[in-house]
Amino acid sequence: MAAYEGVVCSFCGSLCDDITVQVENNAIVSMTGGCAIGRNRFMSPPEANVPLVRGCETSLQEAVDAAARILSSARYPLVYGLSSTTTEAQAAAVRLAETLGASIDSTSSVCHGPGTVARQMLGIPTCTLGEVRNRADVVLFWGCNPVEAHPRHFSRYSVQARGWKTPDGRRNRTVIAVDVRKTLTAKTADIFLQVEPNSDFEVLTALRALTNGASLEGDTFGGVPRSQLAQAAEALRGAKYGVILFGMGLTMSSGCQHNVYQALMLARDLNDYTAFAVIPMRGHGNVAGAEAVMTWLTGYPFAVNFSRGYPRYSPGEFSAVDLLARGEADAALVVASDPAATFPAVAAARLRQIPMVVVDPQFSTTAQVAQVYIPSATAGIAAGGTAYRMDGVPLPLRRLVDSEYPSDQRILNLIEQGVRECFTS
Amino acid sequence: MLHIVGGNVYDPANGVNGEVRDIYVSGGKICDGECALGVGAGVGAGTGQRAEAIDARGMVVMAGGVDLHSHIAGPKINVGRTLCPGDHRMDPVPRSGSMRGGVGHIVPSTFVIGRRYAEMGYTTVMEAAGPPMEARHVHEELDDIPMLDTGMLLLMGNNHFVLSLIDAGDRERLADYVVFLLGSTGGYGIKAVNPGGGVNWRRRGNVGGLDDEIDGHQITPRHIIDALIDVNEELRLPHPLHLHCNNLGQPTSAQTTLETMRLADGRPLHITHLQFNAYGPKKGAPFASGAQALADYVNTHPNISVDVGQVVFGPAVTMTGDAPFQHSMLKLTRDRWTNKEIEMETQSGVVPIAYSKNTYAGATQWLIGLELFLLLEDPWRAYLTTDSPNGGPFTAYPWVIRLLMDRSYREEVAKTVNKKALEASCLLELTREYTLREIAIITRAGPAARLGLRNKGHLGAGADADIAVYDPCSDREAMFSRPRYVIKGGQVVVRDGQAIQECFGRRLLPDLPARDDVASWLAPQFAQLYTISFDNYRIDRERFEPCEVVPCR
Repeated sequence: MAAYEGVVCSFCGSLCDDITVQVENNAIVSMTGGCAIGRNRFMSPPEANVPLVRGCETSLQEAVDAAARILSSARYPLVYGLSSTTTEAQAAAVRLAETLGASIDSTSSVCHGPGTVARQMLGIPTCTLGEVRNRADVVLFWGCNPVEAHPRHFSRYSVQARGWKTPDGRRNRTVIAVDVRKTLTAKTADIFLQVEPNSDFEVLTALRALTNGASLEGDTFGGVPRSQLAQAAEALRGAKYGVILFGMGLTMSSGCQHNVYQALMLARDLNDYTAFAVIPMRGHGNVAGAEAVMTWLTGYPFAVNFSRGYPRYSPGEFSAVDLLARGEADAALVVASDPAATFPAVAAARLRQIPMVVVDPQFSTTAQVAQVYIPSATAGIAAGGTAYRMDGVPLPLRRLVDSEYPSDQRILNLIEQGVRECFTS
Repeated sequence: MLHIVGGNVYDPANGVNGEVRDIYVSGGKICDGECALGVGAGVGAGTGQRAEAIDARGMVVMAGGVDLHSHIAGPKINVGRTLCPGDHRMDPVPRSGSMRGGVGHIVPSTFVIGRRYAEMGYTTVMEAAGPPMEARHVHEELDDIPMLDTGMLLLMGNNHFVLSLIDAGDRERLADYVVFLLGSTGGYGIKAVNPGGGVNWRRRGNVGGLDDEIDGHQITPRHIIDALIDVNEELRLPHPLHLHCNNLGQPTSAQTTLETMRLADGRPLHITHLQFNAYGPKKGAPFASGAQALADYVNTHPNISVDVGQVVFGPAVTMTGDAPFQHSMLKLTRDRWTNKEIEMETQSGVVPIAYSKNTYAGATQWLIGLELFLLLEDPWRAYLTTDSPNGGPFTAYPWVIRLLMDRSYREEVAKTVNKKALEASCLLELTREYTLREIAIITRAGPAARLGLRNKGHLGAGADADIAVYDPCSDREAMFSRPRYVIKGGQVVVRDGQAIQECFGRRLLPDLPARDDVASWLAPQFAQLYTISFDNYRIDRERFEPCEVVPCR
């Protein structure tokens, strides 16, 4: 029996690293710390998956060869996913995309991508989650629901967390929540602003105006009474160290990057009075890493195309949903994500039509409709590497048990080797 | 096996000044005459390999370039990349052969950084500012920079434990902690940026000088700098304290920098990007040149070294741990601005800007940099940097070299800049022209020596076979932007200015002295103050392989 302490749980963007795991006979037998999401992943026995080509069981090498043939003979291959694997595997995927002349995109483009576009336009005042725990006395959650999506965020970082300048935890903080419905997160807030769907931009603009002391006509803004907005504005300006945490309610509602732009401007304005930071509440365990890796290797965070031999960036043009919906991609490699289950119908339908290779520890919905499925060792359980927390803090993922299959990184390197051989033969 | 025949060798560390010499390379190292006997016969000594001969007759041969201050890897340069998609689009770099592609200009992608440095003849670069908590990220990027040996200076000037131990007067534990930080995050040397200012930035304040109060501490910036110099010297780390002074960019900066150099009081200290600290007050203008007074001090105090941080006209991206200064830059540019606070230890700001020769400020900054270069008498203590990409991208080094070597060209450019700035400057009175020997010092021999890299920056026996061969040309910019050959670790990696082969260098780490383990007192406090576990903060030593351990002084 072996005990591992300080294990990083990489199954959401919080990357809690205080997990203890007991391993016996190459299986995880118990786990302390962690939330229901993490427990579900750590304690589920690994799936007994096998490599498949057109539904028939085969060897790893055969599957890799088939994958290389599919990808190397495509005219416009797409590499997609990446957010639930290590940075090492993400870098291998970029290398493969470069070799293929493919488009490469991560799940960012369907979650926080618009927020990233807003950061490109404006930049972001931000901080690590320890600053939130140690200092934040005003915390604003906009369009996110950590109680259900990041279950330990409140206790480790943002609400009940007791820190250096916040020894009394929750009592040291004013919590504001903004959402279209009263979520579990909103129920805990001191101030809850219920916005009408798709009116976040309007509400943010009004809140900015009030925060800056501008005069404003009107009684309600996007369904929020002026008095409530004024109360929120006062709380924001009164912060010693304030933080805005936003989710897909902001990035994926009408306005997208403009919503986030306005939230970033609000924080920028507030920095004239006090300290204010913004942190995107990234969902996938290493989606922040996917953006970091793509940025250092290509200059761009997602939606990158290599067809000219150098990287080009164009969300909407090279982003996966758009490429598929327009019927442009004629083959796909999906790594550590499940687009067939989550993409809009027209994009998902295209994925089912074209030859697809899936590398994933789980036999996902996408894997079930793939021509080639290659099971891999789960990052953070059976494969080591690095993952980046939602605030950009990199953490080591450890191999706790052995898998009969290689890591995503190794498989991607094998496919790349195969592709090179196909190109030269 | 490699034999570089008949070049004019500039190897100032070994007193060679343009004489015709042959250079012999074996096993990735430069070797002397004895090993040369075998090589000269065309057969590798004992290996049976034929030596590859490079005919360097009429060419200029130098050691590979060494940059001791450049922002090349880590979270803040990645933020800079994020902010510049339009700039990337203007400079695409296609893959070619074994060389991977990417994007270039101001904040290039990692593979292009390595490629472009090598294509200027540089083979060693020190990342200027790594945050300990995100050091893994710095190393991940450094791993993806080919062609170069690299290291990372580690930010400590606003670190909670550093300040608290100085508060407590506990120099022993401070030294233990410094060794812990460097060892566990793969740092090469101690970097301090606006010491104390980052702490006050948590309430959007700053420090305005060496004797200002720091929130929550009984000490001032003076105490931090004093203690970090002491610790650095007690540990005899290969490189002295690498300091970004307080008040950078302000009209008070020259005065503060003078006081800072006085405080060193004979102890070794490196002041980085001096140009950005060389501003004095001026009525009716944002600032005036303070270059003369600073150069006078440096000239008479051999304990001080500087890199210049020359600005280059055109777009740039400023990125620094000096977050309060960056917020003041935002107030000027009203453009993109990123700020980040990292729990308990540091902070940063990133702001894209452009230096215009037509404005008083931009022209004055350019002039101050050149004044410093020309007024600083000892090239062994004044190094070429642009604080890339703060003053402009490192790819502008050949242009800066031309400005230094060619007085008439320099004056021609000077006459095109803002008139008021030029009139206020002494530049046109400075007739000095750098020689090739001096260029070899400020771009190689000097920074290598100051970093304590005994195997770099020279061509003596036993040195790493990192070599640049240039075609002499009266246009020094053309000469230094297109080496005929660059050899890295004994391999030819650049030919006719084009990288031809990707290779990967080593991580430079100091040979840290043994100190008491800090875990007993640090781990409990760490658990209270940080949101990651103490064990996950430490990076496994194997992560830094392949590395080169550099002896302490």
